[in-house]
Amino acid sequence: MPTDSELELEEDTQKGKYLTFSLGSEDYGLEIRFVTEIIKLQPITEIPEMPDYIKGIINLRGKIIPLMDVRLRFKKTEITYNDRTCVIVIDIDEVTIGLIVDSVSEVLSIPDEEIVLPPDLKKDSNRYISGIGKVGGDVKLLIDGMKLLSDDDALLVEKMGERG
Amino acid sequence: MTNPIDHESMLDMYLFETNQNLEQLEQLILASEKKNTFDRDDINDIFRIMHTIKGSSAMMNYQMISDLAHALEDVFFYFRENSTALIDYESVSDLMFDGIDFMKQEIEKIERKDPPDGEATELLGTIQFFLERLKIPNNEEVSSTLVPAYYSVNLRYQEGCEMENIRAFSVIHNLKEHCSSMIHLPEDLTSDPKAAEIIRQQGFTIHVQTDLSAKELEDLLQQTIYLDQLTIQPETDETTFNRFEDTKPTEVKTSNTSCDVIPQKSQEVNETHQIIAQTYISVNVEKLDKFMDLVGELVIAEAMVSNNPDIVGRDLQNFARASRQLQKITSELQDIAMSIRMVPLEATFKKMHRIVRDMSKKLAKKVDLQIIGETIEVDKNIIDHIADPLMHLVRNAIDHGLETQDERTKKGKTEPATITLEAKNEGSDVLILVRDNGRGLDKEKILQKARHNQLLHKPEEDYTEREIFNLILLPGFSTNEQVTEFSGRGVGMDVVSKNIESVGGAVVVDSVYEVGTTITLKMPLTLAIIDGMNIRVGRSIYTIPTTAIKESFRPSPKQIVNDPDGNEMVMVRGNCYAILRLHQLFKAKADATTFDQGIFLMVEYEGEVFCLFADELLGKQQIVVKSLPNYIKKIRSIHYLAGCTLLGDGSISLILNLAAISQKGGR
Repeated sequence: MPTDSELELEEDTQKGKYLTFSLGSEDYGLEIRFVTEIIKLQPITEIPEMPDYIKGIINLRGKIIPLMDVRLRFKKTEITYNDRTCVIVIDIDEVTIGLIVDSVSEVLSIPDEEIVLPPDLKKDSNRYISGIGKVGGDVKLLIDGMKLLSDDDALLVEKMGERG
Repeated sequence: MTNPIDHESMLDMYLFETNQNLEQLEQLILASEKKNTFDRDDINDIFRIMHTIKGSSAMMNYQMISDLAHALEDVFFYFRENSTALIDYESVSDLMFDGIDFMKQEIEKIERKDPPDGEATELLGTIQFFLERLKIPNNEEVSSTLVPAYYSVNLRYQEGCEMENIRAFSVIHNLKEHCSSMIHLPEDLTSDPKAAEIIRQQGFTIHVQTDLSAKELEDLLQQTIYLDQLTIQPETDETTFNRFEDTKPTEVKTSNTSCDVIPQKSQEVNETHQIIAQTYISVNVEKLDKFMDLVGELVIAEAMVSNNPDIVGRDLQNFARASRQLQKITSELQDIAMSIRMVPLEATFKKMHRIVRDMSKKLAKKVDLQIIGETIEVDKNIIDHIADPLMHLVRNAIDHGLETQDERTKKGKTEPATITLEAKNEGSDVLILVRDNGRGLDKEKILQKARHNQLLHKPEEDYTEREIFNLILLPGFSTNEQVTEFSGRGVGMDVVSKNIESVGGAVVVDSVYEVGTTITLKMPLTLAIIDGMNIRVGRSIYTIPTTAIKESFRPSPKQIVNDPDGNEMVMVRGNCYAILRLHQLFKAKADATTFDQGIFLMVEYEGEVFCLFADELLGKQQIVVKSLPNYIKKIRSIHYLAGCTLLGDGSISLILNLAAISQKGGR
């Protein structure tokens, strides 16, 4: 069991590091401390009555984890999966989930001063983005992991289901 | 103790041990109470347990528990020393139970991380008063019957226990109150720096004159911590004792070499203790679950290797031999892993003794508890789920089920009021029966009550006897007019049935008026493994417990009936069953959309028979049940699914929850 100071140390080395991946033409970044591993897409078992962005469940070495298509979560168009399609397995608040993304790029250090808050365009549009990171000439959209998993959307789906 | 993690693990250990000790203690006292005597072994055991609790609680700084244990230890110490004492067993048991209850409460508080702030001062006073009263009439008698005797004692500590001199000093301190005179070697224990060294080499020698018998002395000294070897030799007369005073050093050697019957016996005792300690180890359940998972994966991995497409169809003799061996070992390993989780019902059943005792005392009903089939083993999870319901049922049975003694006599019931707890196997289920020979259920009263509470859904005359009895399982139903301390709060039976249903079991009530009531809990043997039939619908694979399947068939078009509401039904041997298309239920794409393409499965759940329509049957398999990921459950609880499982090829199948589906299908 690591002591507090070890945990702090670990957090320190992971601070400011982001795993970047792409969805279509945009690049996204996800805090590295959430990421456990990156795997190839496996055969998915569909679960009935799930919102479209929950693709189903997979068997990750005996552990059963759900898969979320981040494209659909962000209300982008669906594409057929190909060789470059990856699953980023993340662990947030004891919830393990796999994120299906177009492709994984690299791990980048983005210092806090290079991150700006997203513009407040519409009230709802930036729900999943916690900041915008500037790396060289590129822009990475930094994802708020917690919000990605928060189930307000799901509740909505449920309500709609009840009505229908 | 300063390190928080260390303290945590010590606390865990303390809680675990103390809980175990308290449970053992309770059993011991219950057994003794039944026999109406404390025999020597019992007293020693109780004494030892109190001693352990006292010590460990003091170490953990739980002063109240420690004090209480100390007081109770004193009581039993007195019994041990005065075997002739007239003991009022009932009040001793009551005192002990009060003590145990207090300690249990405190332990619970500690488990919840609350400060153990209970006050036992009153109880302590009662115990002290009790002990004082015991001592008065007996003292003279005892001391007159015993003649002081002389012994030479040699103690050896386990290697590396350190501070031997201090330990020896505490032995002397303990002995002092029982001995009229005493000489020990080395003489100076506290200030002589060599004392510890001498004890390490030659042992610690004590010559005592005491009222205690050799056995009592041995028992007393066996309490010593880190004791390795104990030699007690009776000295024939006082002169030898005096002689030793002059020739101390030589005596040390002689008593070292002397070996008697007594030390051999003490060795034996030590050995049996060790064997008990080695037979069981406690394992963190989390680790066990992890182990189960890994074994499950191993089985799948083994199948993946043995049935690897690269080798299928090839003649590989050596490989086949090796893989057969691997298969054998993995399946053996799987069996063992499954059996690890299996726990006998004994402990759960035995806990009921205490409830029966307390209840029968308070309600002044004399009740016998009979236990049958307690050796049957069930999954640990299930034990956890039945403990509370069982307690409820036993309480209910005593409170409502059994009549008072007067009533029984009036009715001419001669046999004693009895509660029977019985466990038996039936197929892949285990049945747990709680039976009483009391007044039985009154159908009229139940119906009346149900009518009053508006629990009836169909005309009264349509209810079968069993259906009427099972009305008492509904929420908000309590037949007793008076709310008592133990039951009748209107919750209870419905909670019981809900708890049992949550682990896939069922509750059945049977009763004969004026003869008795039997409540049967039907539980699956294990939650972990079921025999399942895999079926395919479109691209998804579903699993149905094999026990629920009555038959599979493909009907001729003539058998299919459509009613005007669009419900589909099938006629089989003159009976009409509802058809449930799985692909419609799960809004999934199926290959078979017309009934001549797919297959029908007739399933039964709780007497409800209906037909499921699927694409094809894939085969039977023993499956390990896993729950769906929490994230999925949080997004939407899918009632039709009971969980999921891994198939031989590593893919996942979804287990159907027939309880939920039957509600849709049965209608």
